[in-house]
Amino acid sequence: MSTCLVDVKDLTIGYYTQRKKLVHVLMEVNLQIKPGETLGLVGESGCGKSTLGQAMMGYLRSGSQVLGGSVEFVGHDIFNLTEKELQSIRGRQIALIPQNAGDSLTPTLRIGNQITEAIELNANLSGDAAENRMIELLSQVRLPDPEAMAQRYPHELSGGQQQRAVVAMALAAEPEMLILDEPTTGLDVTTQAHILNLLRDIVAETGTAMMYISHDLGVIARVSDRVALMYAGEIIEDTEVAEMFRSPAHPYARGLLESIPRLTLSGIPHSMPGQPPIPGTEPGCSFAPRCKFSTEICTSEVPELRAILDGNHLVRCHNWESVLSTDFTQELEQVFHTIGRSTHDESAIKLSGVEISYYRPGLMSRIKSEAEPPATVSDISLSVQRGETLALVGESGSGKTTIVRTLAGLLPAKDGSITFEDFDLSVGVDKRPMGICKDIQLIFQNPDASLNPRQNVAEILDQPLKLYFPKMNRDQRRERQIELLERVRLDGRYRLRYPGQMSGGEKQRVAIARAFAADPQVVLCDEVTSALDVSVQAAVLDLLADLQQERNTTYIFISHDLAVVKAIADRVAVLYQGRLCEVGTVEAIYSPPYHPYTETLLGAILVPDPDYEPQLLASDTPELAPPASGCSFQRRCPYRLGEICDQEIPPWQKIDPDHDHSIRCHIPIDELVRMSRGRELIHLNGRSKSKVDPAVLVNSSADVELSKPETEEG
Amino acid sequence: MTTASPSAEITTTVKRRSPLAETWENLRRSWAGMLGLTLIIVHIIIAVTSPYWVPQDPYEMNAEIRNEMPSAEHIFGTDKLGRDVFSRSMLGGRVTLVVTMIAIVIAVIWGGLLGIVLGLVDGKADELIMRVVDALLSIPWLLLLLIIISVMGTEMWVQTLTFGFTYGILTIRVARAATLDFVTSDFVLSARARGEKKRTIVTRELLPNVRDVLLVDGSMNWSWMLLGFTSLSFLGFGVAPPTPDWGFMIAKNREIMAIQPWSVFGPVIMLSTLIIGINLFSDAFAKALGLDRSQGAPV
Repeated sequence: MSTCLVDVKDLTIGYYTQRKKLVHVLMEVNLQIKPGETLGLVGESGCGKSTLGQAMMGYLRSGSQVLGGSVEFVGHDIFNLTEKELQSIRGRQIALIPQNAGDSLTPTLRIGNQITEAIELNANLSGDAAENRMIELLSQVRLPDPEAMAQRYPHELSGGQQQRAVVAMALAAEPEMLILDEPTTGLDVTTQAHILNLLRDIVAETGTAMMYISHDLGVIARVSDRVALMYAGEIIEDTEVAEMFRSPAHPYARGLLESIPRLTLSGIPHSMPGQPPIPGTEPGCSFAPRCKFSTEICTSEVPELRAILDGNHLVRCHNWESVLSTDFTQELEQVFHTIGRSTHDESAIKLSGVEISYYRPGLMSRIKSEAEPPATVSDISLSVQRGETLALVGESGSGKTTIVRTLAGLLPAKDGSITFEDFDLSVGVDKRPMGICKDIQLIFQNPDASLNPRQNVAEILDQPLKLYFPKMNRDQRRERQIELLERVRLDGRYRLRYPGQMSGGEKQRVAIARAFAADPQVVLCDEVTSALDVSVQAAVLDLLADLQQERNTTYIFISHDLAVVKAIADRVAVLYQGRLCEVGTVEAIYSPPYHPYTETLLGAILVPDPDYEPQLLASDTPELAPPASGCSFQRRCPYRLGEICDQEIPPWQKIDPDHDHSIRCHIPIDELVRMSRGRELIHLNGRSKSKVDPAVLVNSSADVELSKPETEEG
Repeated sequence: MTTASPSAEITTTVKRRSPLAETWENLRRSWAGMLGLTLIIVHIIIAVTSPYWVPQDPYEMNAEIRNEMPSAEHIFGTDKLGRDVFSRSMLGGRVTLVVTMIAIVIAVIWGGLLGIVLGLVDGKADELIMRVVDALLSIPWLLLLLIIISVMGTEMWVQTLTFGFTYGILTIRVARAATLDFVTSDFVLSARARGEKKRTIVTRELLPNVRDVLLVDGSMNWSWMLLGFTSLSFLGFGVAPPTPDWGFMIAKNREIMAIQPWSVFGPVIMLSTLIIGINLFSDAFAKALGLDRSQGAPV
């Protein structure tokens, strides 16, 4: 008998297509989880990580079948159990926490009842005992005022609170093992950091084992003891978390880690060429076609998952020795590159005092002359220079998308002025001349949604060409399509493809090509990389930077990911509840003094480094509407001064006359500077504990010097 | 600084097929769908060619062979006027098919376009027209048809337009609902942000996506329309005698059903095989287009 809680042996899962073709999902997966251990299972979309997670509970997606191997859970062969035996394990000994908590709660039952139901079913408690246990669980997941919380319905809880309730439900029977499938994906950074802290606490308190499935290496680094990396249905590396992030031995692991934008390194990370194959279709190593270490043996012989070094490090690579012979930290620094560009001292778009509201008073409220609620977006004054990238940063509900939609003419501004080449942009798109429409283009977050599934690439690119260049004939348009595809580094043959026949990254390239077909002056990018895998994200960022350089295009770039913003932006505007908090150059924003909200955001970021610990300043209580008066961040601010914050809109304070950096806060600048002393570059605190190359520190502290030399400490 | 960016490699595994070819591939693998399609095609062939090959003259009355049971000469026997039921059954779908096929196209076009436009404009006009549609839909369909037909007359073109109009009302709702799924999608938003005209958005962005729903809805409505037309004929508002027509045949021959059941079975078999065919085809068509979620997306 092994001491493993879960022992996956040579598990192979596949399904047959309608054309009776066998498609593998998992290929001979071997994985052990010890009691009390947290395993991070990481990989990009489609690598089979969710299938593996579900297989551990004995679930198979309909149509899928086990083609070989077994899953043993404390000695039981999961796939040989009857449905009844499985039920006695599921929920009691092994529990699942799914990605979307809102979907897994019944909307018509109170939270308390749902959790009590789970307790009665799985923990054999009833009546008051179950009731007491429920309250105990709610306080264990740090929900404030558990008695009141139990009386609420799921929709009355925020996303983070819903996720906590689901965690409470999973803990009902004190299971030995929790499987978490991307439980924080889709939550705001601050909420995510709070939930991860909770999960760590729970592991410490209850000693339950966890398998944490995620695509986010920052999250994995934060929660895991051990990390297993998947690629094309195989586990290709399995080792201690520190090993994985310091000296990964598989070329794919390195490529993946190198493609993440980092706060500690400036510029755009390296991107990996190609895309993963369908599991089991490569004759040799599945990564060989994309691998720079690839040798002859790689394309002919499938590598085994073998133990290397001290035996705790498993890797599926023929050439791991040559991979490990280069130092990863050094390699990492070399792959980051910046793309030089020239910004003109000429403003492209100027917003002053812009106010946008979704509120449309109905007849009744007009008669009763009800007070209008505060506008969704208010008092936005910004200027964007030609050829520069301005990033709008903030959590969901911060008004980033609202502002961009107004710039695109999809929503009229209620007040204030937006000027673009002496033209007033505060009107809707139907009132703008075609030349203005042509000059402002929009790229959306999800290329699956922004490309018409019924048009092939040629038709998609034809739309702007026909609209803006009516004189072009068919042949000229065809030529232009091919040229555009080449500019986004796609083969001209892609013209005949439909969106369904392309990968996510390819689709986003087509969406970018469509925006650039208009030859625009300004491109509005709404979370353009958020829906993409990290390895693809880097390539898209690279492409955007290149395109910008070619035509001196202005970007307004929305993102919730502060590391991505650091990689691509020149200037940053931090928004909270539709109001500006801080505006400045990227160097200034990422170094002290900070606006309390910026500091909260930066503190909550997770970085792919297991030693790094996020610093949680403010609570993760979300706000649905901006406050009626005073500072927008008043209710969550960790440094609230008092009455003044509630009543008066804080003044803009310029940090340094020479630098473009302003903070909107009642706390005087000197005080903010003093407060940030010893806390500068929050994101480096964690790193400095670890063995880190001094060059990284020097590089980043140079940023500090730029804005405020006196805050720097050795 | 190098800007070493990979050029995306073209993957050769993707077969370049248009969605239409894809749909046909999916449809071909469904035996029910192919059976349905075959039934429809056979019916159309019969309707077109039957006057040239039916064994007996469908109009010829013969008092000596009234109400006769099936024989080698008269496959479905004869009706009470001594006419050959088989020949009349073969010819009985001619008017029905012509009227309903033209009418369904009219219904899908006007109802579909109006529905899409209403889904896109989303304002006072939408509100007003949809309430009118609701009011019209609250009238039982047979009653509505009877009112229009009795006022306008029973000429073929009147019937065609009436059916096209009435069933178009049903299509408006379907088209509008399908459009609402797409108007807020990013690709329509993107077209609006480009400054595209409403007409372009309807024809280039919305129509290709709503088209599938309209086609399936149209083919399902076709079978309802057939029943509607047959019902009208049954009530005597359809085809003028002596032209053979299924509904009218059923109405007239039901009196002799006890003596010569085949005089009713003949037209019933013809009508039901056509309706079953249409329904089988519609279901398979919806699945082939990926509209039927329970089947999952085609692999």
